[in-house]
Amino acid sequence: MSILIGSETKLVVCGLTGREGSFHGLSNRRYGTDLVAGVTPGKGGGDVDGVPIFDTVHEAVAETGANTSMVFVPARFAADSILEVADAGVELVVCITEGIPAHDMMRVYTHLRRGRTRLVGPNCPGVLSPGQANVGIIPAHFFSQGGVGLVSRSGTLTYQIGNELAGRGFGNSTIVGIGGDPIVGSSFIDVIALFEDDPDTKLIVMCGEIGGDEEERTADYVAEHVSKPVVAYIAGFTAPPGKTMGHAGAIVSGSSGTAQAKAEALEAQGVRVGRTPSEVAEVAAELSGAAA
Amino acid sequence: MDLLEYQGKQLFRDHGVPTPAGRPAQTVVEAVEAAEELGYPVVTKAQVLIGGRGKAGGIKVANDRDEARRHAEAILGMDIRGFTVHELYVEKGSRIAEEYYAAILIDRGAKAPMAMLSRMGGMDVEEIAERDPAAIARIHIDPLVGFQDFHGRRLAFEAGIAADVIRPTGALLARLYEAFVAEDAMLVEVNPLLVTEAREVVALDAKVTVDGNALYRHPRTAALRNPGADDEQEQMARERDLTYVKLDGNIGILGNGAGLVMSTLDVVAQAGGRPANFLDAGGGSRAEAIVDAVEVIVSDDRVDAVLFNIFGGITRCDEVANGLVTAFGQIDVTVPFVVRLDGTNDEEGRRVLGEAELPNVQVEKTMLEAAARVVELAGEGGGPSAQGGEPAR
Repeated sequence: MSILIGSETKLVVCGLTGREGSFHGLSNRRYGTDLVAGVTPGKGGGDVDGVPIFDTVHEAVAETGANTSMVFVPARFAADSILEVADAGVELVVCITEGIPAHDMMRVYTHLRRGRTRLVGPNCPGVLSPGQANVGIIPAHFFSQGGVGLVSRSGTLTYQIGNELAGRGFGNSTIVGIGGDPIVGSSFIDVIALFEDDPDTKLIVMCGEIGGDEEERTADYVAEHVSKPVVAYIAGFTAPPGKTMGHAGAIVSGSSGTAQAKAEALEAQGVRVGRTPSEVAEVAAELSGAAA
Repeated sequence: MDLLEYQGKQLFRDHGVPTPAGRPAQTVVEAVEAAEELGYPVVTKAQVLIGGRGKAGGIKVANDRDEARRHAEAILGMDIRGFTVHELYVEKGSRIAEEYYAAILIDRGAKAPMAMLSRMGGMDVEEIAERDPAAIARIHIDPLVGFQDFHGRRLAFEAGIAADVIRPTGALLARLYEAFVAEDAMLVEVNPLLVTEAREVVALDAKVTVDGNALYRHPRTAALRNPGADDEQEQMARERDLTYVKLDGNIGILGNGAGLVMSTLDVVAQAGGRPANFLDAGGGSRAEAIVDAVEVIVSDDRVDAVLFNIFGGITRCDEVANGLVTAFGQIDVTVPFVVRLDGTNDEEGRRVLGEAELPNVQVEKTMLEAAARVVELAGEGGGPSAQGGEPAR
C-alpha cells in the first residue's frame, strides 16, 4: 500500500508536449506509472512517444479514465490548468510548476477545498510510491519500498534525507513533496493523516523549514491524532529574519516562523527532531528498533 | 518585492485610497520645488526599504523654504541602517487627530487574505499585539467573494474606532483590499492610518510588498527599480539571477535547492563555523550557473573558505563538476574549496574533479565531513597559503 498514488494511478499530464513535461512524464512512465494521456490545447490527436494528446482535460478523462493529473505548464497558465483538472473531476492533481502568483493560489485553494479534488504542490517535486508509481520529478533510484512515510517542503533536502534513511536500511511507503510556496494545496497535516491511516506506513518523517506556522500546528495535530512514531527535521536555524531563503515561503517574519520555535513546538508534543539529516535517520532507526 | 512609500501610495491612489498630496524628489532642488508647490508645512521623508526612518532622522517637518532645503540636504545621502537615501518624498503636512493601524495580507495559515484594524496606530504592530492583543481586530476574507461592507463594519466596531469615522474607514479598507488584489500584493500596511482634525481618513504611510511571481502582469511595477541594501554580492547575484542572501560569517556556501542550502548552513554552524551567505544554484544547476555562483561567492573578501554541497537529483553531479572546472578556468580562485558531491552520477563527478587536479579543492563524501573540513580550513584563515593544497581525489 501507499498513499495518494499507487498501482491504480492513471496519469494525465498537462503540458506533456513541453520539454520538461515530456522528459519527466516519460520518465515517470518508465518507472511504471500508468501514463494514459497528455493535454495540450491545440495539439489534440497527436501523441508523445505513443501517449495520446488531448485538447482538454475533460476529453482526456472521458477517453482514458485518468484519475490523477500532473501539471507541468508555465506559471502563468498553471492556476487555470489546476482548475480545469478539478472541473474534469480528477481526484488528485500534483502541480510541479513554480512561480505561480500567490493570489491565484488562494483562489484555487479555496475553490478546491469545496470540492473533491486534492492538490499537492505547487512548486513541489511530486509524489513517489516506490515500486508502484512516480508522479513528478523525484529521482526514484534513491528510494525503495518500505515502511517510512516521508513528507517534505523541499526537493533536494528530501533526497538527502531519503538517502540517509536508505543508508540505514529504510525504504518508503510514499514520499510526498508538499512544496515551498506560501500557499500549497496539501499541508503536513493532510499528508500525515493519510500516513496514519496507511497500514504499510510504520513511521513518519517530516521535513520542514522556516516560515509560517505549519510545523507548529502539525505538532499539535500529531499529539492528538497520530499513533505512529514521527521524526522531524527543520531547516533554517541560521536563517536571519526578513530574508527569503530561496523558497517563497521560507522567511522568518517578526518573531514567528523560526526553526527554533518549530523544533521546540514539535519536541514539546513528543516529536523527536533530528538536528542534521543523518541524525534524522539515527532517530528513525532508534524508534523503529534498529531495523526496518 | 518591496515598494518605497511613494510608490505604494501611487498604487493606493490608483485604487481610490485617500493619501495626502505629495511629490517624490531626487535632488534638493526638486525637493524645494515640491515643498513650494504643496505649501507649508511639508514633511520630507527618506525613501528607503527599511523601518525606523523617523528615529534615524529621516523624517522632518519644514515650515518654510529654508527649512525644506536644509532637511532635503540633510536627508539625501543619509545612511539608514545600511540603506543610502537616494530619494525623498515631500508630502503636505497633516493635522493629526487620531492614528490607527490597518493592513491586509496573505495569511499562510488560513490560506486566505486577512484584514486587520487597530485604533492604536503609529507603533509597530507587534508592539500593539504585545501591549494589547485585543486592540487588533482581524478577519479573514474569502478570496472568491471579496471584501464586503460588513467586513469593514465588523473591523471598525471590533477595533473600537471613533464612531464618526466608521463609514469612511470601512470605505478606505474596501479600496485597500481592491488595491491588494488588483496589484497582487502580499502585504499592504498603513501605519498610521490617519484621522485628520477635519475627520478625514487618509493613509499617511504605505508599506506594500508585491508578489514577484505576478510581476509579469504588472509591467509598471516591474519597471520600478528599487535599490536594496548597498551590497555588492547581492547586486551581482541579482544580475545573474541567483538566489543569494548575505550572512555575517566567513564560509561561502553554495548548494542546489533551497532546503538543502538552508540545511547546509545549519550543519556548518553546528560544526562551529559561520556561513557568509546562502546561495542556491537551483534545481537544474547547469555549468553556467555554477560559474556565476563561484564568481559571486569569491568576490566577497570576507570569505576564507567555500563549501560546495550538491545532492544530485535531477542535477547530475558530473555536470556540476564540469561547471566547477570551467569556473576555476575562468576565475582566479584563491580560497580553499570543499566539494561534496552525492547522488546522481556522483562517482563520475568526483572522477572529473580528480582528473582536473584543481588546486585548493578537496572532495568529501558526506555533508557532515564536508562541513567539518570547511570549518577547519576557514579557521586556519584560509587563503592560498592554507594547507588545503591536496588535490581532489
